[in-house]
Amino acid sequence: MDYELILRVYPFFIEAAWVTIQLSILTALLGLTCGALGAAARMSRLAVFRWIGATYVSIIRGTPALIQIFILYFGGPQIGIQLDSFSAGTIALGVNIGAYMTETIRGAIQSVDRGQTEAARTLGMGRWETMRKVVLPQAARMMIRPLGVNINALIKGTALVAPISVVELTYTAQRFIGSTYKPFEMFLLSGLLYMIIIYAVGQVINWLDRRARIT
Amino acid sequence: MGLDFSVVPDYFGVLAMGAGWTIAITICAGLLSFFGGIVFAVIALYGHWALRLPVRAFAFLFMGTPLLLQLFLIYFGLIQIGIDLPAFVAGVIGLGLHFAVYNSELIQASILAVDKGQYEGARTLGLSRGQTLRRIVIPQAVRAVIPPMGNNMIALLKDSALVSVIGVMELTLAAQQAISRTYRPFEFYLAAAFCYYIVNLALEAGLRHLERRIAASR
Repeated sequence: MDYELILRVYPFFIEAAWVTIQLSILTALLGLTCGALGAAARMSRLAVFRWIGATYVSIIRGTPALIQIFILYFGGPQIGIQLDSFSAGTIALGVNIGAYMTETIRGAIQSVDRGQTEAARTLGMGRWETMRKVVLPQAARMMIRPLGVNINALIKGTALVAPISVVELTYTAQRFIGSTYKPFEMFLLSGLLYMIIIYAVGQVINWLDRRARIT
Repeated sequence: MGLDFSVVPDYFGVLAMGAGWTIAITICAGLLSFFGGIVFAVIALYGHWALRLPVRAFAFLFMGTPLLLQLFLIYFGLIQIGIDLPAFVAGVIGLGLHFAVYNSELIQASILAVDKGQYEGARTLGLSRGQTLRRIVIPQAVRAVIPPMGNNMIALLKDSALVSVIGVMELTLAAQQAISRTYRPFEFYLAAAFCYYIVNLALEAGLRHLERRIAASR
């Protein structure tokens, strides 16, 4: 173990970890938006929306995220979409995790007892009112933990933008492995930073989950 | 530069060969992750502490870091300690170990869920500890865990695209080769995505069939 080398290069990794954190936050926000829209589409009364939602989930979950990133970043300019690597990576990853979150959110909403909806409708509430006041508050509590699993996968998934040269943790590790021939040191250094990020996010999710349970 | 899909059929052979390698990698890494997962699970639960601790540390490290990073570690790490493996083998080892850790978590939970009476009954009948595990507990535990492990296999198929980064010739790298000659990334990555989608559908259908057979045999 070459501690001197680690001390020399760690500032680069800290900077890269910050990029990974930014990527994770933006991807999570975009993913949650896509997930909410996707879930609404999948449970719509209109068959067209249901079909759009189902196709979105099936195509995104049926193909590798890496290919989706490549299509947007390398193929985008051919259809008039010119994005820098950070934006292309964020958008592709967000749309990707959104498909998984669609199923998470839909699952939580559908696990709310049917009797709740029926009772609310019987009391004269409208479809949307029932969803907003009765179903969603209950479903929101149930989706915190599974959405946390999605976000955990998403943080590790941000490594996929390394091949399109976004200077985040994995790209930095790869670059220093290439220049120093010390794969174990670079792996441990970047691995430790990933685990710190994942642990911190896990704590936030546990806290949200606990709070949702008490009330 | 608009889209022109007419060049894609010219490279059908290249893509088909790439898809073949993707399937081969998925099968090899899938088998490694299946048996590796059983071995890790048994060590994590019943192993001597000198084995248990390193396996748990390894699982902790591999569950907390991205697969791409692990592939770099294995590919370049093995070269550093003097083992120069072909990229294909390094890719299979990396994917296999990564998913073995996830399978091991599932199998551990499943082993603990096997009724204690099964274990006690087998020991009473005179089976040794190893025999009881091998013949009684593990077959039941593995059977219960096939459906969630199927999800890991589907994830493995898609994540096999990552080994293109360490230079394994498979579907993603095949598409990249066609692109380097035609400068048509959109068309060829879309074609590759289509191939992945088809293989994925076939794998899902196969897994559903397997699940039904297991449910029927109970």
